[in-house]
Amino acid sequence: MADVRTPKHAALGGRILTGPFIVLAALALIATYFLVQRFVFGLGAVTNLSDGYPWGIWIAIDLVVGTAFGCAGYAIALLVYILNRGEYHPLVRPALLASLFGYALGGLSVLIDLGRYWQGYNMFLPWLSQYNSVMLETALCIAAYLTVLMVEFSPVFLEKLGMRNVRQKLDRVLFIFIGLGVLLPTMHQSSMGTILVILGHQLSPLWQTQLLPLLFLVSALFMGFAIVVFEAVLASIGFRRPMETFILNRLCTAMAWLLLGFLVLRLADLVFSGNISFAFAATLDAVMFWVESALHLAALILLWPRSSRPSALRLFLSALLLLVAGTLYRVDCYLIGYHPGDGWFYFPSVGEIMVTVGIFSLEVMLYLVFVKRLPVLETVEAAYREEHAEHPEGTASA
Amino acid sequence: MTLNRRDFLKLAAAEGATGAAAVTAVTAGGSATAIAQDLRRDPRPMPEDAVGLLYDSTLCIGCRACQVACKRANGMPVEVPEQYEAWNGGTWDTPTDLSGDTLTVIQVYQDGTMEQKDREVDGYAFVKRQCMHCTDASCVSVCPVSAMTKDPQTGIVTHHPERCIGCRYCVLACPFNVPRYEFDEAFGQIQKCQLCSNLPDQDIPACADVCPTGATLFGHTDVLQAEAQRRLAMAPGETYAFPRGTLLRAEDGGAPVTDRARQVAPVAHYRQDIYGEEILGSTQCRMLAGVPFGLLGLPEDVPTTSYASITEGIQHTLYRYMVAPMLLLAGLVVFAYRSSRRHRPEDWD
Repeated sequence: MADVRTPKHAALGGRILTGPFIVLAALALIATYFLVQRFVFGLGAVTNLSDGYPWGIWIAIDLVVGTAFGCAGYAIALLVYILNRGEYHPLVRPALLASLFGYALGGLSVLIDLGRYWQGYNMFLPWLSQYNSVMLETALCIAAYLTVLMVEFSPVFLEKLGMRNVRQKLDRVLFIFIGLGVLLPTMHQSSMGTILVILGHQLSPLWQTQLLPLLFLVSALFMGFAIVVFEAVLASIGFRRPMETFILNRLCTAMAWLLLGFLVLRLADLVFSGNISFAFAATLDAVMFWVESALHLAALILLWPRSSRPSALRLFLSALLLLVAGTLYRVDCYLIGYHPGDGWFYFPSVGEIMVTVGIFSLEVMLYLVFVKRLPVLETVEAAYREEHAEHPEGTASA
Repeated sequence: MTLNRRDFLKLAAAEGATGAAAVTAVTAGGSATAIAQDLRRDPRPMPEDAVGLLYDSTLCIGCRACQVACKRANGMPVEVPEQYEAWNGGTWDTPTDLSGDTLTVIQVYQDGTMEQKDREVDGYAFVKRQCMHCTDASCVSVCPVSAMTKDPQTGIVTHHPERCIGCRYCVLACPFNVPRYEFDEAFGQIQKCQLCSNLPDQDIPACADVCPTGATLFGHTDVLQAEAQRRLAMAPGETYAFPRGTLLRAEDGGAPVTDRARQVAPVAHYRQDIYGEEILGSTQCRMLAGVPFGLLGLPEDVPTTSYASITEGIQHTLYRYMVAPMLLLAGLVVFAYRSSRRHRPEDWD
């Protein structure tokens, strides 16, 4: 049985202060410089935000795209624990780790972006809660999910600290957290689409639809899977580990179906509402719509199941394409398709871009530290054993 | 490329399945759209004592007394946009748009030779921008911490900075671009017109108080609506005594009361449309004009139902009594439990 497995995890070891790590640290330091300015002189001193574009890339990219990247844990938990496909198990811990950082840093970006951050805790005061607000639901869900992610990931720390007792006790109730860990992203990832419905005519008809919650949910799922594939391929190259091609193959099939569903639903909705006509106008919106759709379609063609096994390169490319496509969809929805009226213009400032770059750098730095010092990745011996015992015809290529 | 029979059958089956899936998805997409349209919650009624402003663009002479009075009443600084810095030394308040320092502004539409007032071609027209005080306001609907509220009696959309977290969702969502954030401050806040209800010394909004022609009139929304209809019903050129200051409902149910001398003037060529009556679930402030409202920078081709009712319809259907999320959670927990039994996680290490 493929699902009765005993994965063994180990810290990779090795130096922390490598060349790439130092570059990342420098980028994070530059971000800090701009952040100091933001808090001393206000948002206007660092960002190009305005009353026409009150939300910029710190929301559209750091939060909305960042947490979609953070859906690795959601997507893999759905497969492993709910649909009971135990064979994906080696991917669980790295995926949870990616989620933890994706969400933590998304939350950090929100705090930086809040205009009255010192009152941010009001979000958690029940007597101020405004239950019609999609943002309240989204924010509470994200906060709750961060907690759940920490619990889900805590076995890694418990193993490291040798707290076997606590670990076993936690294991007995872990299924509740796993359930929550699938419910909460289902709620808030769809809500990040619902947030835009109230923009009405201010969002281009190419993106404005009541199906936004469903489209955002499906897109979050395939982006989550894509991040799993992306990281697995990168980890196998970067850390010279065998690649779990067989497992990744099956993931690709799942992604292909989700992607097909997304594209057909989106197109059907545009055709039914008649808004497809806006795709043939000479506007930036139309161009972005076609670029975005073409990227999704290209990913679908690459991913579509074939008789031959996909190469590592094809896996990597399709995951990359999918991440770019999903990112573009979100940026289109949150920034490019948003039209507050004449006279407004937004392009992120150097400060905004550097803060976003710094936050993503911090994410990668933390990931590197964690996989090198904590038992996150499956041991190479275990990976080989599984691969050869169960799928002797498969070759572990790197 | 060669295909053997088995491959061909597999391919055909796959194509068939894809086609069927596509048809199903298209149908699903269509019906999902149709269902989603029906998720709208009921429209919000206007509070009984709703108040607002009636702005008559044809009466406005562009003197900006309202702008100045608003600034003074709210204690807001003079604003000099970058393009005016060369000749404006900083004493003359010349805002071009609403901002964190400007809660109401007079803007002008200009075309061609600008010969005639309130004419679309070769004409010009004024417009006064401020909060429209929507009956079913988006800003109130989106605010996570109840920092935007609607007064249950007067319906005035009120801001509470001590609650606000500065997320600026109200700035993003307002269809009239009214709420503004002070981006240039380290501890900025959201600013918007509250019809001077926030100022204890102000009996009526400062802008209506000082308007010399009665172009900006404060009163109960139903009374203002009736006044607007009366003006639209009159023939252009006909003489009419326009009320100034306030137009409030009479307590004895008689004719509406105005507290100052009326301005006698000829009626202009109105467009037969009262802005705010039907758009987006209606607004408590209404407008009359001689040129299309779209030219005055106001959203025109918008639905009659409020955007808030669509979003809240979706949310309250998905999350009614939290039944759906709870059922989903129960299902997920059962599956996770069964799965955890099978994986026997205790044995993992």
